[in-house]
Amino acid sequence: MKPRALILQAHGTNRDLDVLNALTLAGADPIGVPLNELRNRKTLFRDFQLLVFPGGFSYADALGAGKLLALDLTSYFVDEISAFVESRKPVIGICNGFQTLVKAGILPRNNVIASGDHPRNDGVTLTFNEQGHFECRWVMLKPVSQKCIWTKGLGEFITCPIAHGEGNFQVDSECRISDIEEQIALTYIWADGSPANGEYPINPNGSIRDIAGICNPQGNVLGLMPHPENHIFDYQHPCHTRGETGNSGLKIFENGVKYAAQM
Amino acid sequence: MSDARALGFNDLRRITCKDLYFIEGQLSQETCRQLALKLLIDPVTQTCSWDELPALPFVLEPDTVMIEVSFLPGVTDPVAEQIIRAAHELGLEGIHRATTGTRYMVNGVDQATAKKLAARLLANTVIQQWTIGEITPSFPEETESSGVVESIPVRNLNDAELLAVSKNRRAALDLAEMCAIQNYFINEQRDPSDVEFETIAQTWSEHCVHKTFRAKIDIQCSNPESRISNIETVDDLIHTYLKSATDEINAPWVISAFVDNAGIIDFDDEFEVSFKVETHNHPSAVEPFGGANTGVGGVIRDVLGVSAKPIANTDVLCFGPQNLNPNSLPDGVLHPRRIQSGVVSGVQDYGNKIGIPTVNGAIAYDEAYTANPLVFCGCVGIAPKGMHRKNPEVGDRVIVLGGRTGRDGLRGATFSSMTMDAQTGEVSGASVQIGDPITEKGLIDVVTRARDLSLYHAITDCGAGGLSSAVGEMASSIGVEVELANVRLKYPGLAPWEIWLSEAQERMVLAVPSQNVPALKNLSDTFDTELTDIGEFTGSRRMVIKHNHKVVLDLNNEFLHEGIPQRQLKAVVSNQLSLVDTTVHGLPTISIKETLLKLLAHPNIASKAEVIRIYDHEVQGGTVIKPLTGVEADAPSDAAVLKPIGTKGTRGIVLSNGMNPEYGKQDAYRMAIAVVDEAIRNAVAVGADPKRIAILDNFCWGDSLRPETLGSLAEAARGCRDAALLFHTPFISGKDSLNNEYLGADGQRHAIPPTLLISAMGLIDDVNQAVTMDLKEADNDIYLIGKFQPMFGGSHFSIITSQAINESVPDVHEITPKVYKALHQAILSNLIRSAHDLSEGGLAVAASEMCIGGRLGMKIESNMWNDAVRVLFGESTGTLLVEVRKHDKEKFLSMVNDLPLEWIGTVTQANKLDVFIHGFNVLNVSLSDLIAAWNTPL
Repeated sequence: MKPRALILQAHGTNRDLDVLNALTLAGADPIGVPLNELRNRKTLFRDFQLLVFPGGFSYADALGAGKLLALDLTSYFVDEISAFVESRKPVIGICNGFQTLVKAGILPRNNVIASGDHPRNDGVTLTFNEQGHFECRWVMLKPVSQKCIWTKGLGEFITCPIAHGEGNFQVDSECRISDIEEQIALTYIWADGSPANGEYPINPNGSIRDIAGICNPQGNVLGLMPHPENHIFDYQHPCHTRGETGNSGLKIFENGVKYAAQM
Repeated sequence: MSDARALGFNDLRRITCKDLYFIEGQLSQETCRQLALKLLIDPVTQTCSWDELPALPFVLEPDTVMIEVSFLPGVTDPVAEQIIRAAHELGLEGIHRATTGTRYMVNGVDQATAKKLAARLLANTVIQQWTIGEITPSFPEETESSGVVESIPVRNLNDAELLAVSKNRRAALDLAEMCAIQNYFINEQRDPSDVEFETIAQTWSEHCVHKTFRAKIDIQCSNPESRISNIETVDDLIHTYLKSATDEINAPWVISAFVDNAGIIDFDDEFEVSFKVETHNHPSAVEPFGGANTGVGGVIRDVLGVSAKPIANTDVLCFGPQNLNPNSLPDGVLHPRRIQSGVVSGVQDYGNKIGIPTVNGAIAYDEAYTANPLVFCGCVGIAPKGMHRKNPEVGDRVIVLGGRTGRDGLRGATFSSMTMDAQTGEVSGASVQIGDPITEKGLIDVVTRARDLSLYHAITDCGAGGLSSAVGEMASSIGVEVELANVRLKYPGLAPWEIWLSEAQERMVLAVPSQNVPALKNLSDTFDTELTDIGEFTGSRRMVIKHNHKVVLDLNNEFLHEGIPQRQLKAVVSNQLSLVDTTVHGLPTISIKETLLKLLAHPNIASKAEVIRIYDHEVQGGTVIKPLTGVEADAPSDAAVLKPIGTKGTRGIVLSNGMNPEYGKQDAYRMAIAVVDEAIRNAVAVGADPKRIAILDNFCWGDSLRPETLGSLAEAARGCRDAALLFHTPFISGKDSLNNEYLGADGQRHAIPPTLLISAMGLIDDVNQAVTMDLKEADNDIYLIGKFQPMFGGSHFSIITSQAINESVPDVHEITPKVYKALHQAILSNLIRSAHDLSEGGLAVAASEMCIGGRLGMKIESNMWNDAVRVLFGESTGTLLVEVRKHDKEKFLSMVNDLPLEWIGTVTQANKLDVFIHGFNVLNVSLSDLIAAWNTPL
């Protein structure tokens, strides 16, 4: 049976259909569920093997990208999401989804705490791009983590677009970066595979260590700023009229779906 | 800082900005702390402090002035709304109201300069208030509508008094129209209420009924040798020139032209696609961000109004020069730099947040756009065939979906039909507002699902004229009764006419059978979208509006929709150079290389990457040909290609545009033909089937009550017709924005050049065959295809050499449609490696852009040409450069057959553009120089 994927549709989600297509192509049986419907049927989470926080502008990015959706998650779904993550089912947050996972504390360390509790600070954030504005362009990504079930075994680089204004991954102190070293899943690179080393626009937002995506310590939760779901067909490649194809983003989803099939 | 410097604030040393949140309520220190740390700040990158207002006197650093800015009451503040909601979700008690603002610490200038800075850059008094020092915020309030209805006596007024009524209420009605209203109410034996008067003014506004385009026009020609007979009467420009062309072409794949909110054509067996382009010029002039923002939101609702899912946006913008001396600005006009940055942010904000890719556009600069910027917003939608319903039935409920109604956007329909002056910004503040793309995203989610479940009988958007226009249009063939007290309001004290006319954004009106209302309510709850039932469609053929059960409007449909008298106007077509084709010999002596580099750096031609990159052009995953293309993705695509997700097969949509105000200044007729050609040519260049292209017109003109202005408008419309028939390309939708003039304090009128935007939507059968403009491989041949007749009239060459060259603007040769057909056949046979149209700047610019795209060189050699300057920089319609592999030569030549075609050179590995004429090396420029010039707009 195809693994079932739950795509959470929040107020302002907009790349839900994009990822739905990618997951279908990768062999899953995905469905988009509006947040309000989930609030009424929290047991729905149990029917799924894969959970997606898609891209978009939840609550119009008011008070910081992902912030208010993260508040919703910690207000309504703490138990459900904790259970999902702890059962090692694959979870992916793309762009606004990544921002949400970080602001909710699900990344980097499964530190999701109900919203009524004390203010929490994991010391990592996704903040405004160094260039100071939203940007849409294609980037090259190197899958670096062998622990992350989404990037494991991916030998080839991935090329896909970014489209964000708050994708600059930062930590509150230098020592913090060594804490999450093992969790770096994807980095921005030059076409020849060498690290971007912070150079714009290869690293499009100024992220520390060229970080494009991180996973949790267990490796089942991936958050990333770029949009692999927007490179699943050859004709989407910006140089397809020059005969260039490959480096598709589909492999990430195939990895996740393969893994979910075992759940 | 860079904006401030550009506006001449050179002494400024530093500006620091802080976000301000004003929270009113019974707040403990702990509540403040929780609110700040959990909600308002990012603890990794930000710090915060809080204080009770008024705060203690500030101790400022020396040389520092503090400026605070906050919203005016009534302006939508979505962040403030979220603070209240989220605080409640966090369980934080005692918070009543919230609003937001910004604090600027300005260092290095005195208070007088700081005040100037606040007024020119930091705040826009149309939507914001500012002060030196601590501001007193204004909070949104909740109350009911005021219920005040005034009667407007018109029955016993003379002509002058009637006109005074029109003027006082900013109704933009002329004497004949006022008399028609007077007669109607004399027959009714009463005077109109303000609700009735405002409803008629809106329904009869230029914006809503296009009275200039529908007028009876006597056209006189000042030149006896003119192309048109001496005096001609045209009854309705739209019918005579635009709709008639579509009717004559009678393309079977046109599903809807000129009747719905958007034009609709066939996509495949399953889907239809719709396209609409609107302008939002006046609002963008006074509040650039909000004006452009709601322009995008408005055109998206047009597409939603034909039950389609929006899949792509386009934006074409016209601004004053970015380096304009701030001291030369007309009174009350924002600096072009500020207008551009506001407009671009507004387009970005709406399109990106709602999740629609912005894929095609253009930017043109001219001093004449300084006071009258133009903002064209387009939207493409897709829908399953046959699902759009547009006939309300008697007994259907009148349902409003989406945002609440405020005082925002009052009289927008009439405002957009007036000449602006220095006071316009202040008086019309209420005409502008800020959009809420997330609410509109909810509308898309609800409406597309409601469509699939057949829950409604008709739908339309609330645009100019608000509920009055939307409900009025829907009920025009049956009748309606509405209770205004049921309309949900954002804030206090709206009079009934204000509720009825408000142009608050993000609202759709649906005719819903009462048994379907619960199902629709369910859907709208799921997507956090408000639904309000405000009345019922009736069979009375009257529009009846009540407020708390009291009738405030009762009008006969026929009078309201057919009662407007047709305008009688006079037009003069002035002497035009193109009446006789002129060619000038002995062009100015120039350096060819320098000229080329100057052209590439001209703001109209240079890279628009800075703007394009801040628009999301990838969301929805269908963008096959992107706005920027080539090896380094920095060269300009001729058109966008989309493969809508969810469609079967390989078919795609092609989007392009054509616009040329320089030609418009000289010859409106030829300009129209040239821009139709340009839009079609751009589409064909990437692979669109020339037999399956539909076009849209958007006319932006000055005050067409002036006979010369109306003359050029009529000439442009006539050009549209001739071009449509030549190419067999139907118009499917159009809009006009007239009165783009500004009456300066100097008493001078500042009018825009005649500006016609043609937007094209075509189909390509296999998106994998799409062609881009970047050179592909060295040694391939370069051909010039199409009738090449380079001219200097209206050319960018004459702009940069500052020498008026007395030539006509180029005409379109009648063989051109055959050229495009042949080129399309060659593309279908995979013979074309790259193709690029010749436009502003001519052949040399086109060749340079192809080199930049492919990071390859080109060697052009010709023994046919004599005049290098004319060949390289003259502008021609109907021609393209194409790249063909050497071994495909025979096949390609046989396809082109005897059509105009010239081999002009080859692609080279050398990183330069080389031109030889009769063996003389007239141009030799390195690729890096081309790239540098193109990426550095002057």
